[in-house]
Amino acid sequence: MSRARIPAPLTALAAIGLLLFLLPLVGLVIRAPWNQVGPALIAPETATTLGLSIFCSITATVVALVLGIPLALVLSRTTGTLRGVLRALTTLPMVLPPVVGGVALLLAFGRRGLIGGVLNQAFGIQIPFTTTAAVIAETFVAMPFLVIAVEGGLRALDHRYEEAARALGASSWKVFARVTIPLLRPAIFSGAVLCWARALGEFGATITFAGNLPGRTQTVPLAVYVALETRPEGAIVLSLILLVVSLAILIGLRDRWLGEP
Amino acid sequence: MIRVQRNGFALDVELEVGAGETVAILGPNGAGKTTLLRAIAGLIPVEGRVELDGDVLDDSASARHVPTERRHVGLVFQDHVLFPHMTVLQNVAFGVRGDAKRIARDWLDRAGLGDKAGAMPRELSGGQAQRVALLRTLATEPRMLLLDEPLSALDVTVRAEVRRELSRQLRGFQGIRILVTHDPLEAMALADRLVVLEQGKVVQRGSPTEVTARPRSRFVADLAGVNLLRGQGRGDHIELDGGGTLAAPEAGEGDVFAVIHPRAVALYLAKPEGTPRNVWLGRAEDLDLHGERVRVRLSGPVPLVAEVTPSAVRDLGLASGAEVWVAVKATEISVYTA
Repeated sequence: MSRARIPAPLTALAAIGLLLFLLPLVGLVIRAPWNQVGPALIAPETATTLGLSIFCSITATVVALVLGIPLALVLSRTTGTLRGVLRALTTLPMVLPPVVGGVALLLAFGRRGLIGGVLNQAFGIQIPFTTTAAVIAETFVAMPFLVIAVEGGLRALDHRYEEAARALGASSWKVFARVTIPLLRPAIFSGAVLCWARALGEFGATITFAGNLPGRTQTVPLAVYVALETRPEGAIVLSLILLVVSLAILIGLRDRWLGEP
Repeated sequence: MIRVQRNGFALDVELEVGAGETVAILGPNGAGKTTLLRAIAGLIPVEGRVELDGDVLDDSASARHVPTERRHVGLVFQDHVLFPHMTVLQNVAFGVRGDAKRIARDWLDRAGLGDKAGAMPRELSGGQAQRVALLRTLATEPRMLLLDEPLSALDVTVRAEVRRELSRQLRGFQGIRILVTHDPLEAMALADRLVVLEQGKVVQRGSPTEVTARPRSRFVADLAGVNLLRGQGRGDHIELDGGGTLAAPEAGEGDVFAVIHPRAVALYLAKPEGTPRNVWLGRAEDLDLHGERVRVRLSGPVPLVAEVTPSAVRDLGLASGAEVWVAVKATEISVYTA
């Protein structure tokens, strides 16, 4: 198959775009204090922070899967104005500055918040400034990526598979579990990867809603920010670790992500 | 009676099918054939009534609607729609109750597809996939079988083979069978009764021979390969709606159809002298080889299609645009009321 040649100016623009991604990474790698990487890696704070980051981002992704897939299903079935409203609501966290999201979360789940107040008075449960809060903040910001991907997959789905399953006597639950979900696997997978990546990098909503408590809510991005003020080398080392972890997981998942169902 | 109304398209059909009977719904694209099947299957809302063996599946008057999964109807699609993430065995076992794996394997073995049990649908040929799709439906022991153009997505080479299999399986199936098709051959081969649907309405019904002997629409006439004319009967002749008259001994009175088989249309270089009373000068518009015969589309006072032998084409020097004398014996015209 022969394709039309890409015009030279477009190739040049593409190269500039690529450099914009590449140069900061190169800077990070070149300026990294390599002699400090070893000690930083085995420092207990590093393990705690990284562990917390991975725990929170994976938990947020699981929560997003459990809530986001049904949400995408509902979204894909609605039409008209309702659809527009629901879509705007679910994609809002993507456009909203994360700090604003954090403030909103505080107002809802904070000690005097809409729901937080009830939880606090009735059960003595306090959400803000806990690991739970970090997970909620990450889910809030990252779930839209999953919802959008799954909804796109649902709209592209050939619904005759579901009709065939129903005609074969499958209940709506069986159709969902044995036909819809398996057929959506590529969309769910790519959505989950995007969602997880967004959760891993989440900063603004987390620091606002969950605070910056080492061992409880201080994830790697927060630790990098704090370290930048006091010991920039530490910040670079932590950034490097996050970069390697993200790249490793993205590359490791790539084949399955792009694979056919 | 089934009435479906959607997006400006109205489908209005009264259909009664007996057990063990195959009814073919025949009609051009967009006639509402697939919509009818989907309505019977419960996949789209219906205004009216759908009843199966005394069970009311749909009744808009009492707002009753039995969901598809509880209708026990078997639906076979144009292209197999096998679940791509399941093996052939898992596909056939999907809707089976009880010992699903064993029952599914029995069905596959009986159809000679046992060696494909572990294959994925994408590894099957088109014909095999459609046969598996049919087994997947039959294995659920449906009360009614709905087939939506089951052969039309197949290559011509495998179509005959799958048609034979389909015909065998249909004979073995005791319930109601409704087949949607736009292929007359498929309808003739498989159906006991034809229902011709055009623009959401039934235009003709009857046995395949009845329907093709007395077409009541252009679509059926084309299927049967005959000329269909409409006009006003005047005793011994018909005043055609498209202009011109046609002599016919039993033309009757009022709105009538006239059918002329293309083989009954004779062509001459010079004006024929003799018995045919319908003679006029026409023009050959185009020629088309149909098996051993040549079909000639004629324009003139009465536009017709004639079927002649290739040697006649040579002798007459027939080519597109050539003028030719057209003769039709009055006794070769079959007339019936419209």
